[in-house]
Amino acid sequence: MRYTPHTAADKERMLRTIGASAFEDLIRHIPAALRQNAQIALPQGLTEVAVKRRMAALAGKNASAQDWSLFLGGGIYHHAIPSAVDAIISRAEFATSYTPYQPEVSQGTLQAMYEFQTLVCQLTGMEVANAGVYDGASAAAEAVLMARRIQDGRHRVLVSRALHPQYRQVIATFLRNLIDVELVEIPFSANGATDADALARALDDRAMCVVVGYPNFFGVVEELAPLRAACDRHGALLATVTTEPLSLALLKPPGAWGADIAVGEGQSLGVPMSLGGPGYGFFASQKKFVRSLPGRLVGETVDGEGRRGFVLTLSTREQHIRREKATSNICTSQSLCALASTVFMSLLGKSGMRRLAEVNARRAHRVRDRLVEEAGLAPAFSGPFFNEFVVNVDRLSERRSRFFAKRIVPGVELEKWYPEMRDALLVCVTEMNEEQEIEELVGTFAAR
Amino acid sequence: MSEPSQRGSRGPQALIFESGSPGRSAFFWPEETGASGIPDALSREEIAGFPEMGELEVLRHFTRLSHLNFSIESQFYPLGSCTMKYNPKVNEVAARMPCFALLHPLIPPELIPGAFELLTELETMLAEIAGMDAVTLQPAAGAQGELTGLMLIRAFLAERGNPRKKILVPDTAHGTNPASSTLCGYDVVQIPSNKQGIIEPEAVERAMSEDVAALMITNPNTLGVFERHIQAIADAVHRRGGLVYLDGANLNALMGIAKPGHMGVDVLHINLHKTFSTPHGGGGPGAGPVGVKAHLKDYLPVPRIVKSGDRCELRDDFPKSVGRVRSFFGNFGILVRAYTYMISLGSDGLEDASRMAVLNANYVRKRLENTYFLPSPEPSMHECVFTDRNQQKDGVTTLDIAKRLLDYGFHPPTIYFPLVVSGALMIEPTETETRETLDAFADAMTAIAREAKEEPAVVKSAPHTTPVGRLDEARAARRPVLRWEPGGGD
Repeated sequence: MRYTPHTAADKERMLRTIGASAFEDLIRHIPAALRQNAQIALPQGLTEVAVKRRMAALAGKNASAQDWSLFLGGGIYHHAIPSAVDAIISRAEFATSYTPYQPEVSQGTLQAMYEFQTLVCQLTGMEVANAGVYDGASAAAEAVLMARRIQDGRHRVLVSRALHPQYRQVIATFLRNLIDVELVEIPFSANGATDADALARALDDRAMCVVVGYPNFFGVVEELAPLRAACDRHGALLATVTTEPLSLALLKPPGAWGADIAVGEGQSLGVPMSLGGPGYGFFASQKKFVRSLPGRLVGETVDGEGRRGFVLTLSTREQHIRREKATSNICTSQSLCALASTVFMSLLGKSGMRRLAEVNARRAHRVRDRLVEEAGLAPAFSGPFFNEFVVNVDRLSERRSRFFAKRIVPGVELEKWYPEMRDALLVCVTEMNEEQEIEELVGTFAAR
Repeated sequence: MSEPSQRGSRGPQALIFESGSPGRSAFFWPEETGASGIPDALSREEIAGFPEMGELEVLRHFTRLSHLNFSIESQFYPLGSCTMKYNPKVNEVAARMPCFALLHPLIPPELIPGAFELLTELETMLAEIAGMDAVTLQPAAGAQGELTGLMLIRAFLAERGNPRKKILVPDTAHGTNPASSTLCGYDVVQIPSNKQGIIEPEAVERAMSEDVAALMITNPNTLGVFERHIQAIADAVHRRGGLVYLDGANLNALMGIAKPGHMGVDVLHINLHKTFSTPHGGGGPGAGPVGVKAHLKDYLPVPRIVKSGDRCELRDDFPKSVGRVRSFFGNFGILVRAYTYMISLGSDGLEDASRMAVLNANYVRKRLENTYFLPSPEPSMHECVFTDRNQQKDGVTTLDIAKRLLDYGFHPPTIYFPLVVSGALMIEPTETETRETLDAFADAMTAIAREAKEEPAVVKSAPHTTPVGRLDEARAARRPVLRWEPGGGD
């Protein structure tokens, strides 16, 4: 059998050692009613060749970034990934090890996680970061739960309506069963940023935290200073959520604006889009909140001879120690994806991260300007943006098929989440969108 | 600062921040002209402290780090409850096919029919193996599956007028069970297992009331023992209007042997990174699909993939749904790997996998039962639990035995879990190991037991051959240093 190595002689010998005459002896204690009808009604196994053919056939039905021009962002981004990233995360020593519970034989994973935590701190401008959570959406929900632990007695969560709609849905799902928490949505204003006046009106001493996208779902870079000030007036925590962390190589990071918690989705830093998963959620905060953090933390220590080493630490916050009193239920997380980002950020480094972020911002602005000037599209918002922006397109749904015929998906249609934005399209431009794709995009929009 | 090259490749390594040279980068991209459009007030400088290295330098750093790890492909890794089976290479090939790896989740669904075909088939296959009626693939890992399952239960009961207050959790349960219960707004009531380590229907009956929403049970349980009263237990829960949640972490014992759906289970999660061979990755990514019986189907997370004729569509219009638990479609890349594994093995291969997993665990148990103390006389399924009781009289503990195993080149079993067994050593060999490997492991365990008697100091000071010795965990927690900073420490 595939992957099970025993020969008939092996099995016989092992059963003899055990003192059983047949395998069935080993499971006879299971009630007969359960053993009957337990057969699995699925096709028989396939050869590896047949498996690859089947998988290639399924894959071949999909429109991927390999042969389509995708101007899609909205939380998942198509970026260049150096081959060295996959080479490292494909190494069995990283890919086929477990959560590092035995630190003496897991220093590779532990040191890489420690380096990851450091990179996240540097990128976000925060003081501490954990080793990652499931995704950006659950990071946002965990940020709210963390604020609830810190802000004992407060029960209102203020979430910007310009935060990623799926993240808002996940936050709502997480909070639904906690009867003492009230979720309030703050509208956005004409520039596409969170309405600071509306926020000021909604804030009071019952607010535990304010959650905003940075940049937000519309690609708009929020002005965090007034939001921070409004939070301070009422003792609320400020949590930022970044779905495109490459932007933080160019933008003043959340920590510099005084964010208390900075989280986001890490996919854009070296992880393939893969239909939106697996990526990972990054999670950083100010140091004074370290004992309220969810998830795993790696810390530095020494062995008996004074050699530096790394261990999972502060695990009295975690489910395997604290059970029902844990800060989170998270166990298996997204380690290998965090490693991919660690390698990615190390390869690009200080100057490369900056350069790539600039290429994205400049190209996106050039495309936005051409769509406005040459194709006559109207920008939906006036706020500054990084690599994605919203334009209004007349008869958007009618024009869709023209793009598909040219293997272009021009953006994410927003009406589904914002019914009032009927013709709004969220267009994302990265370094992967080549000149000829951009010409076609602009040309197809310009053709009336 | 020290050069990694001077330290050898199998000892402690410099941090990535401690090497390199200002201005160096492995990244090449032509400069883009034009304005970035970011106002100065919103801009930052280059990121202070970020690495500055060349490509080979970076590769060598991480390759050397990899040498410090034990892994399935280099060592036997019998970590109980984790199912550290071989992670097939063909799974990796499939997940990296560009028309899977380069799919954007917000593309109109009609442009990616192959992906949805795979997802619906995977749902169907998992439902068949577990004996359930419907499956959601959204949860990112086992614990998120648990929370999702409990939310389904809560929504189901709430619709009937009362979400109830408590979840019953056996004392043998994984820590995630009580943690997920709390997160779902429930109080946890612990159910004691009996001397054999299993749950008696009477214990559940005593704890049942109209306040109890559900029982969370693991079967086989964390002692590797089949909960043989599961049907009577489920009846006891159902009689008082509660539901039964099965933690499917140990499904690797059951494929083709018994279906949870026949045991009275209403909802379960399945860890694809355990039973269905996707790599653990040093702590994820995994995937934790949730299966339900028909009466819970309407509460599953949205969007759901609905098959109509030949086409699959995404639908949100399920008013009773608990909502969305993860962005997009879950860990799709992991789902592709699990699907590949399942069609590779087929029904015959999957059934064989479980049978060989049970055979291997029983073989290891037999080889060690005269040397190590076996706390439960019940038959073992896919894993077996011993303790350090026989070794303690020589002052040697489970931790010492685990550390000494490292010197013999084996990853230790799960230790000190389940909590109800003092000094537990929980061994799960999995089906992909040869008899020779199991023998070598049993020989090492036997040799350590002999050392414990004859030269306990060697065991107590182990490990002796690893890149670092036992690390001071108390110091790490007392004075947490969680990141590198220029000039060292913080």
